[in-house]
Amino acid sequence: MRRFLAQLGRRGIAFFARLGRRFLLLLHILAGSGELFRHFDQLIRQLHGIGVRSVAIVSLSGFFVGMVLSLQGYQVLTQFSAEESLGLLVAASLVRELGPVVTALLVAGRAGSALTAEIGLMKTTEQLAALEMMAVDPIRRVLVPRFFGGLLAMPLLAGLFSAFGLLGGYLVGVDLLGVDAGAFWGQMQQRIDCYADLCSGIFKSLIFGLVVIWIALFEGYDSRPTSEGVGRATTRTVVQSALAVLCLDFVLTALLLGV
Amino acid sequence: MDPVVRIRGLRFARAGKPILTDLDLTVARGSVTAILGPSGSGKTTLLHLISGLLRPQAGQVELMGHPFPRGRRALYQLRTRMGMLFQNSALLTDLSVFENVAYPLRAHTDLSESMIRKLVLLKLQSVGLRGARDLMPNQLSGGMARRVALARAMALDPSLLLYDEPFTGQDPISLGILVRLIRQLNDASRLTSILVSHDVRETLRIADYVYLLDQGKIVAQGTPAQLAAENKPWVQQFLQGLPDGPVHFHYPAPDLLTDLLEI
Repeated sequence: MRRFLAQLGRRGIAFFARLGRRFLLLLHILAGSGELFRHFDQLIRQLHGIGVRSVAIVSLSGFFVGMVLSLQGYQVLTQFSAEESLGLLVAASLVRELGPVVTALLVAGRAGSALTAEIGLMKTTEQLAALEMMAVDPIRRVLVPRFFGGLLAMPLLAGLFSAFGLLGGYLVGVDLLGVDAGAFWGQMQQRIDCYADLCSGIFKSLIFGLVVIWIALFEGYDSRPTSEGVGRATTRTVVQSALAVLCLDFVLTALLLGV
Repeated sequence: MDPVVRIRGLRFARAGKPILTDLDLTVARGSVTAILGPSGSGKTTLLHLISGLLRPQAGQVELMGHPFPRGRRALYQLRTRMGMLFQNSALLTDLSVFENVAYPLRAHTDLSESMIRKLVLLKLQSVGLRGARDLMPNQLSGGMARRVALARAMALDPSLLLYDEPFTGQDPISLGILVRLIRQLNDASRLTSILVSHDVRETLRIADYVYLLDQGKIVAQGTPAQLAAENKPWVQQFLQGLPDGPVHFHYPAPDLLTDLLEI
């Protein structure tokens, strides 16, 4: 029993120590944000690495999700003779929920894991220590541009996801199922609210971006400098990011709806 | 002679396991000082403690006459006067050879682009790789990468250079080049060099003074000639690379016959 309690205590201390390191790293990154103005090219490079390289997977996923939404939504809406509202249903689902959430999950899987592996390998190959020895703060040089690159890329990618989702929804709803094109777009224009829908979507994707990139960078920076350590860190990034995004989505939705 | 590094009563442990215990060490200015020892003896940890990448749990580390600074700014200030060659070379993989060597200059000086170019080319010339300036790190052989890393470590004209296992994994030609370079650069640039290695022959060729480290303790020290005359069995086994001696060939185990007959 004593051994069990001791082990529990050790794990608890390790958990809180790790949590503390997580927040310290975030503070360090935020404090180093001024570095972006000195190394703007680094930010552009990371925007390309995290954002542009995720465009294909995000667009394609958005397209298919939009098509499925349209198919499923049509089945339900026809029961109430409300198929003209298909555009509204697809748009609201994409902009409020699926755009930010699925994009964050995709970015965590594609760019987040790559970031963790990259930082972990830089640690393993002593590149971070080499920067330290050159009197260059590795957090400012390596982590800050990646953090802000990811943060900026996320809402843009979520927007792209929703746009391609709408296109997919339109193709299925209007071209395949025969919903009136005017009704599809008209209901969407009338009922989608700039603040309640678009802004809340952008806000959510910014928060998800912060969390996903923060987890990815921390896991890489805190990883054990071995191939096994980097592998484990990469797995942790994907699992933790997915759970954090889904959990935060509920909290944010409840807050935004004022529940 | 005026010491560049002075260590007294240094202690360091990892997860409760002692790595270095009560270590005293002095490095004279202008010398090539080698720290030799078998794998796992604490050599690299000692080098990381000298460079400030790790903090000692007890004892004092003095660099260039001053105690090791606590604050990050003072530490970085000190590091602009130090260079380190890492075991993996640790070149930044997203930058070319030229940009790797230029990196410390760009980070710490306001030199014009043409001046940076001249300095980088001179540093690369000193390691024989001026012609490789446009290559990326993944296009370099292990020996070339280490020479580029050496040029980068020299970029700010440091007064102290630390080498972590510089000869590991090198072919005979690269090895010969590195041995010669380390001595030449030390003498020509009036550096002080600390070299951590387990390659006895190459290290003794260029070292002025040698510390032999085993299980976190200094077991012998002196000039290469003094060490050769040392009659401690462990020292002779290590220096001559004998397969058996105080360090046994067999890992401790029960008697072979008992082990084989046991069901």
